[in-house]
Order: sequence, then C-alpha cells, then structure tokens
Amino acid sequence: MSGALVVERLAKRYPGPPEITALDGVDLEVRPGEIFGLLGPNGAGKTTTVGVCTTRVRASSGRVLVEGLDVRAEPAAVKRRIGVVTQQNTLDRACTLHENLYFHCRFFGFSASEARARADELLQRLRLTDRAGALPLTLSGGLAQRVQIARAVAHRPHILFLDEPTAGLDPQSRLALWELVAELRRDGLTVLLTTHYMEEADRLSDRVAIIDHGRVLVTGTPAELKRTVGAGTVIQVRLTRTDAALLAALRGLPGVGEVDEVPGGLRVLAQGRDGLISSLVEVAIPYGLQDVAITEPTLETVFIKLTGRDLRE
Amino acid sequence: MSDPGRFRGYAAALWGMVLRDLTVLRRNLAPFVTRTVMNPLLFVFIFTYVLPRIGQGVQTGAAGVSYATIIVPGLVAVGMVFQGISAVALPLSLELGATREIEDRVLAPLPVELVAIEKLLFGAAQGILAGAVVFPLVYIVPATEVTIRVANWPLLVGVILLASLTSGALGLALGTIVRPQQIGLMFALVVVPITFLGCVYYPWAMLHSIRWLQVLVLVNPLVYMSEGLRAALTPDLPHMPTLAFLGALTGATLLLGGIGVRAFVRRTIS
Repeated sequence: MSGALVVERLAKRYPGPPEITALDGVDLEVRPGEIFGLLGPNGAGKTTTVGVCTTRVRASSGRVLVEGLDVRAEPAAVKRRIGVVTQQNTLDRACTLHENLYFHCRFFGFSASEARARADELLQRLRLTDRAGALPLTLSGGLAQRVQIARAVAHRPHILFLDEPTAGLDPQSRLALWELVAELRRDGLTVLLTTHYMEEADRLSDRVAIIDHGRVLVTGTPAELKRTVGAGTVIQVRLTRTDAALLAALRGLPGVGEVDEVPGGLRVLAQGRDGLISSLVEVAIPYGLQDVAITEPTLETVFIKLTGRDLRE
Repeated sequence: MSDPGRFRGYAAALWGMVLRDLTVLRRNLAPFVTRTVMNPLLFVFIFTYVLPRIGQGVQTGAAGVSYATIIVPGLVAVGMVFQGISAVALPLSLELGATREIEDRVLAPLPVELVAIEKLLFGAAQGILAGAVVFPLVYIVPATEVTIRVANWPLLVGVILLASLTSGALGLALGTIVRPQQIGLMFALVVVPITFLGCVYYPWAMLHSIRWLQVLVLVNPLVYMSEGLRAALTPDLPHMPTLAFLGALTGATLLLGGIGVRAFVRRTIS
C-alpha cells in the first residue's frame, strides 16, 4: 500500500426505514503530497467518505487505510496523522482564537510552551495576531474557515481533509482559501478536498475523482478527465424550440461529435470550431436561435457526460 | 510526529480537555457563582428567615431541631445536581446538537468514550465546588439556629465524591439525550420534579405517612444525595441506612454514566 490514503470497496448503509445507501463501494487511492479532489453533487457521498476516513463514521463494509493504519482498528493513531475541517464552523465558541489553537495542540500532547509557540506562529501566518483574543463568533465566514484550517494542521498532520471548504464563502474569501491550500501543499501536506464546485476541483487538484450516488465514476487528472469528453469545444445553443430534424442536421455538420438536448436548447460537442459556427447558426436560426456560447470542456462537462445530469441538479 | 505510548497519549489529550474546561470555568466564574447561589439563597431566605418572622414557620416534626438544619444537606445536594445540569447537560446538548463544537475533541487522539468521561468528571468537580459555595450560605443566612455535626469525616468525603459523580453522570446522560430544542421541556419534566421530589426539603423517613410517595421517590438519585449528606452533616436527624445511599449512588453513577457514554458515542460516531 503506497498511498497516503487507501479506500477499498467502502460501503455505508444507514438503517432505515427507509434504508439509505450513502456509499456503494468506493475505491480511492490518494498519493503522498498530492491534492486530491472528490467532486460530486450534494448527496453523492463525499461527506460520508470523509467521515469514514476520519473515524467519525463507521463503515458497513470495506476498509480505509491512513498511511497503512486501519481507521477502524486504530482510530487514535489515525487521528494523530490527519487534520480535519468539517463543513460547519466547529470552532470552540467559549474560547478565543489563540485558545482554540492552543488547546488543540494540548490535545495532541504539546507542552504548554510548544502549544503557545505553535498558536502564535499560526495566527501570525494567517495575519490574525491582533485578533488572538477575539472569540470565534466575531469572525467572518472566510476568516473562521481559515482559523479552522489552521487548527486542523496545528498538530502537524500528514493528511488534511477539507469537506466543502469554500461552500457559502464569497468569491474573495474563496480565492484566499485556495491560496492557503496551495501553500499547505507546498509544505508537503497531502490534501483530500471535497467540493461540488467543478472550478475548485479543476483549479486545486492534481487528481480528481468524480463521485455520484455513492460510487466513484472516474478518477484522473483534470486534463485526462476532460480529454475523455472527446471534444475540444462545447457549444451551448439557446433555442425557443428543437426537433429531431434539427438534431439530425447538426449531427451532420463536419466536426460535430455529439448533440444533446438540454433545458432551453442544445449542447454540441465538437472537435474544432473553424467554419462550424456559421453553419451551425444557419441551421439553428429557424428554431428561434437566442444565443451561442462557446467553451472548452470542463469537469462539469465530464460529469454531465457520465451521468446525464448537471452538478447542481 | 511520533506516537507517544498509547496511554500517555490519551492522558495528555484528557489533560488538555481539563485545561480547556478550567479556562472556560475561570472566565465564567461570576455566572457560575450566580447560578449556584440564587436558588438556595432565596429558598433559605424565605423559609428560614421570612416565614419564621411572620409566624408561618414550617414544623419540623423533630423536637428541638430548626427547619434550617433540616434543609442544609438537601440544598447542598440540589446545588450539586444543578451543576451537573448547567455545567454538563446544557453545554453538551448544544455542542452535540446545534454547534458541533464537540468535533475538535472527537478528533483528538483518544477514544471518544474518554471525551465523555472527562465531561462527567469535570461536572463532578464543579458539583463539589458548587456544594462548597452553597454550604456557608445556608449555614449563615437563616435566622434560626443551624446545627451541623460531622461525626464521620470519611463518610462525608465519600458521600460528597459519590454525589458529585452522580451529578456529573446525570448531566452527561441528559446532555447526550436531550436535543437543544427540548431543553425547556427537560427543565419541566426532569429538573423540577427531581428537586421537588428529592427529599431536599424533608427527610425521606418523614414520608412514611405517604407510603406510595416514599417508594416512588426512590427512583430519584437526588434522594440518595440528600439523605447521604443528611447522614453526614446532621446524623441526629432521621436518615436512610448508610449502605442504602452509598449503594444507590454508586449504582446511579454507573447506570447514568453508562447511558451517557453510550449515547455520546452514538451522537459523535454514526
């Protein structure tokens, strides 16, 4: 087992009624030092996967190894090796920011002076030294999330789990958080990140697994996954109506791979766009053409191609 | 990062949690004293100062003993139980249910059962502190004479320890079972009945004329705390046999503690 984190045939069923299958045989291998993105819509099983990997959810079957240690057999040893940031702000509200970091270090056996020095260092790194005595409830969502990450890495774990780290954050805080994650990776930390934002998975991850209905559909680098779409260009065409003749006509155009109906129009996957757009527009005008948007394939395109659904659905 | 010995690691994490709780307690010392003092202060004031002076004094049923003396052990016991609820149950219910603040302690390198046991023990320590705050108050305030005589110091120490552990265990069980939105209901259905039916304001033996009630209140752990303190502080007044309250307090601690730890694990690991 060479992986920093190995997940094998992981299943989790919550007894009902109705019985809910959250994980249905998940396999993952996260390599040391990489940022691994787990991308999927809400309810896909991302949080449950992180829960099992971090000892907080008991698997129904399958196993998880953290640096070779079985999370079920040795939870305390596993907890020394991992840092965890959950979706909710779980900072201790009765304690100041400095105390949140300080006591976290004490839980992990730091001496008083080591813990104080580590808390000082982390606050300095986050440029929050002047707010050391502030209580968590006075922080904005973005800052609270940064402190949560600082707390999660305070005991110098090897693997950091970030569960939807930027959900609910404004765009600026999101960018700041991405920078922080990239910085942590440069320190040698392995990161497993769950997200339903395809841009986040694309920008941050070395490799991505797409997960849906408790199963991993595909794993690879973002570039590899996008190549599987088999098209260099995605053309979104907004129309007032469509019919079979239109679809057939578009499929007949040179360079066009696939044509799918989507709400409000069509999505055309094509090899190139030279000369294609003008003929496409010509064919589409009688159908109430409203807009043509040309993009490169994204991880969202990959997800749609695999599931027939939108990530946000 | 190297692994310390297993138990050294657990002990360090537990100690960290005790330090955290001490810091929070120190910061909240004023509210702690206020909530501990108010109930017994008002009770003692009305029943042992106001009522005797306006000629409405409560009959004690025991010759030569003031009502103030009868209620001292009971009020100390209530003070301890209140700590179990306000220091353990209320914060725990919120940390588990609404804010999930417990998460960082669940992720500390020790079995989660020990996180629950730390809560119980710290609640017990706060219970002892509360008893120490209440005692001088109920001793000094009454207008009538209070007669305290400790004949058996080891018994007093043992009762205080067991009573505080029972309070912490009760707090743990309630905190893990009661959801934040049910806290009001918990006061009405658990806290109020426990205090009124806890042999706080009357010795258990005096209930003999209402036999069914005397039997029914035996399910209430506060009864054994009141009776135990009564035996230790006012040995001349009627009280339960020593073995009965020591056994019942031990049993209550184990039962409530067991329920609390199991519920805690269920709430933190799904």
